Amino acid sequence: MKVYITKSEATGKNIVVDDMILTTDMPTTAGSKMLDGYMSLFEAQAVTALKENGYTICGKANTGEFNLDLLGETSHFGPCEENGVLKGAAAQTVKMGDAMAAVTLEVNGSSARAAALAGLVMMKPTYGTVSRFGTIPAACSGETVCVTAADVDTVKEVLTALKGHDDKDGTSLPQEKCVLGQAMPAKKVAVAKSLLTADADTLAKVEAVKAKLIANGVEVVEIEAEQLLLAKSAWNILMSAELCNNVSKYDGVKYGYRTPNYTNIDELYTNSRTEAFGYLTKSTVLFGSETLSEANYFKVYDKAQRIRRVISEYLTAVFAEYDAILAPVCSKTEYTVEETAANKYMAYEESTYTAPSMITGIPVVVTGGVQLMGAPLSDAALLAMAETL
Amino acid sequence: MKYETVIGLEVHVELATKSKIFCSCSAEFGAEQNDHVCPACSGMPGMLPIVNKRVVDLGMTAGMMLNCDINRVTTFDKKSYYYPDLPNAYQTTQWFSPICVNGRVDIETSKGPKSIRIKQIHMEEDAGKLVHDDWSDTTLVDFNRTSVPLIEIVSQPDISSAEEAIAYLERLRDLLRFAKVSDCRWEQGSMRCDVNLSIRPEGSDVLGVRTEMKNMNSLSAITRAIKYEVARHTRALEKGTEELVQETRRWDDNEGKSYAMRTKETAGDYRYFPDPNIMPVVIDDEWFSRIEKTLPELPEVKREKYTGEMGLSEYDADQLVSSRALCDVFEDAVSVCGSAKEAANWIITDCMQVLNKKKMTADMLDINGTSLGQLIKLVSEDKVSRGNAKRILAAMFEGEIADVEAYAKEYGFIVSNDTSAIENIVKEAIAADPKSVADFKAGKEKALMALFGKCMKQLKGNANPQVLREILIAEINKI
Repeated sequence: MKVYITKSEATGKNIVVDDMILTTDMPTTAGSKMLDGYMSLFEAQAVTALKENGYTICGKANTGEFNLDLLGETSHFGPCEENGVLKGAAAQTVKMGDAMAAVTLEVNGSSARAAALAGLVMMKPTYGTVSRFGTIPAACSGETVCVTAADVDTVKEVLTALKGHDDKDGTSLPQEKCVLGQAMPAKKVAVAKSLLTADADTLAKVEAVKAKLIANGVEVVEIEAEQLLLAKSAWNILMSAELCNNVSKYDGVKYGYRTPNYTNIDELYTNSRTEAFGYLTKSTVLFGSETLSEANYFKVYDKAQRIRRVISEYLTAVFAEYDAILAPVCSKTEYTVEETAANKYMAYEESTYTAPSMITGIPVVVTGGVQLMGAPLSDAALLAMAETL
Repeated sequence: MKYETVIGLEVHVELATKSKIFCSCSAEFGAEQNDHVCPACSGMPGMLPIVNKRVVDLGMTAGMMLNCDINRVTTFDKKSYYYPDLPNAYQTTQWFSPICVNGRVDIETSKGPKSIRIKQIHMEEDAGKLVHDDWSDTTLVDFNRTSVPLIEIVSQPDISSAEEAIAYLERLRDLLRFAKVSDCRWEQGSMRCDVNLSIRPEGSDVLGVRTEMKNMNSLSAITRAIKYEVARHTRALEKGTEELVQETRRWDDNEGKSYAMRTKETAGDYRYFPDPNIMPVVIDDEWFSRIEKTLPELPEVKREKYTGEMGLSEYDADQLVSSRALCDVFEDAVSVCGSAKEAANWIITDCMQVLNKKKMTADMLDINGTSLGQLIKLVSEDKVSRGNAKRILAAMFEGEIADVEAYAKEYGFIVSNDTSAIENIVKEAIAADPKSVADFKAGKEKALMALFGKCMKQLKGNANPQVLREILIAEINKI
């Protein structure tokens, strides 16, 4: 079972970071043969912030290639699995007690899924409240540094260290918006009916959380939320377009994998990329390239951007009335290596649940195997709500 | 049939900023290969672009100089293509909302005045440079130029001859240099031009098949290339020598020919899209008016002022307005010394002499004009001799002299009014050189100059020449 690359030293405040987050004392590979052994000249702001707050980076967790996949099954270094069941390496490190928390780059929902399946607590904070400086870029308009731990308090503690304005990230929000403040107790939570498409075991988890909320005196109301179903296609269009552009810098010229099979520059490019990228990355690049082409830009990419705005506006209306939206994180409670080998687009299908928050940048807390989505900058309120569950 | 030529120009100008457009690397020309490189401009993963505000300042300045509308919300987009000199495999540029639109440049040719419309000006980053080493038959990349800020000025197809193209480019260069947007040096590649050209029957309003010649880097090459392409297009239309296709062509200035590079069919699809890492740049009123205030008077306005109320000759005025730096020093100097003629002389003759000696151009003059004014004043008040003033001027080129009179005092450059001191020196000189005295008395004027020179040397130049001469003659006559 391939879990993570450990460093020798370890202290009481161990944090594992995933392989999308740059460190200078260990390679950062994004789970790709393209970056096998890549040593960065600089470290991520997230790593700097953790060290400054007394944490030790105890190792790098294996990831799927550019974190596009379901649960790390596309890693060049092999999936993290146990008896054929996929785990998600960062979450598994926390689960096994080797790190107090995992800090990962969420791109297409794999961090949320891994936490939900492992019964851990995970938070994806509001986009722009944790610096993305020094994370391997995949889908910059939505990707977010997030934290997974065994309990809400630990997630909150580590997030407090990570959050803050950073001049090195042009999308970083002003400092006062990054601080986790005090929160009012939740009064009203909506259940997104359109997302209740999971299996019975998963729906039972939703019901359990719902029951606890009601027991805590929170009013729980079902809403249709059909608009959220638009997010899957739209996010995959935007993500593919951005990924296609972001991985174009891996051309075999400057660093990373270079094919031995070339006689001219075109062959150097084509063969290096053909030999080093995996299936999902290649298909995402092809799809992204197509969505950005002159013929399709307005039909596809621009339309996806408009859908992003429609969903944001819809959510603004919902959050004017509700403190959070309750929904599943994935459609079932277990995924096997075999399944993902047979169906290479499972991540796409499962992104139904995670795409609404990825495309809008809203904060999400995963707890009890389900997710609570909140309004932008309601991070503290979501954590407070999770604490009562 | 008579044909008319339709030309649109795309001009790339490197901006005069200290650092690159998205990182803090130096943007200076001429460093050792790959000296000005960091993880950001060499395309390493994890670095995020931070827009250099100075680039936006200069983009706005260029737009204002060329009568453009400034887009108050302007965005950056990514343009994807593979080339080894482009480390990210995308260039960050402006596609959807460029900083300036709808401008105008007025030109003057043998056919009279004409306005050339500007379609847009956009900001972008430059690419690196490939250096082919014939000895080892390898190609190496120099990333120094990568991410050096550029603006691209796109004209409407309003230009109808090589003469107009040159007039437009010269005017553009004058305006941009005057506003200190760029040094616009063709020979260093800080100004480059793409020529889009087609021909059509005179009076027709349908455009013909267009060809583009990229990266032209001198006015003479542009003239030759336009003439060649017009002849080629005309021949093709009249005699059917070849079929014209929309394509990019390379101009070979040595051979005087253009060659097909790629056609429309094989041209790349650049897959433009907004860069999600760069928030839209919002230009508020405060920013806008701050830049507006820095705009210089146009060269022709200054020329008028210099020859009119300031009374300079046309020659002097032309010399000064050839460079913004000269104008700045001149105007500051005049405001202190009050004499335009004197200030112009000092700049055109004395300052240029120093610059020439240092192999520097007029644009590189950066002495303090106020100090020069003080110096001119001291000379006109006979407090410092002209010879010593030149020494002080030379010192100004080495470092700023804020209080010129204090400096002159400290270094003993103040003209002495103490006639008894002069008399003593004169007496000594006469006593030491009776031959010259005798020669002068015998009518040899030159002999007096010899004595005068010796006295002046003793006085370190700090004597009023008139006074010295009078005392000298008086003392000789006493003998």
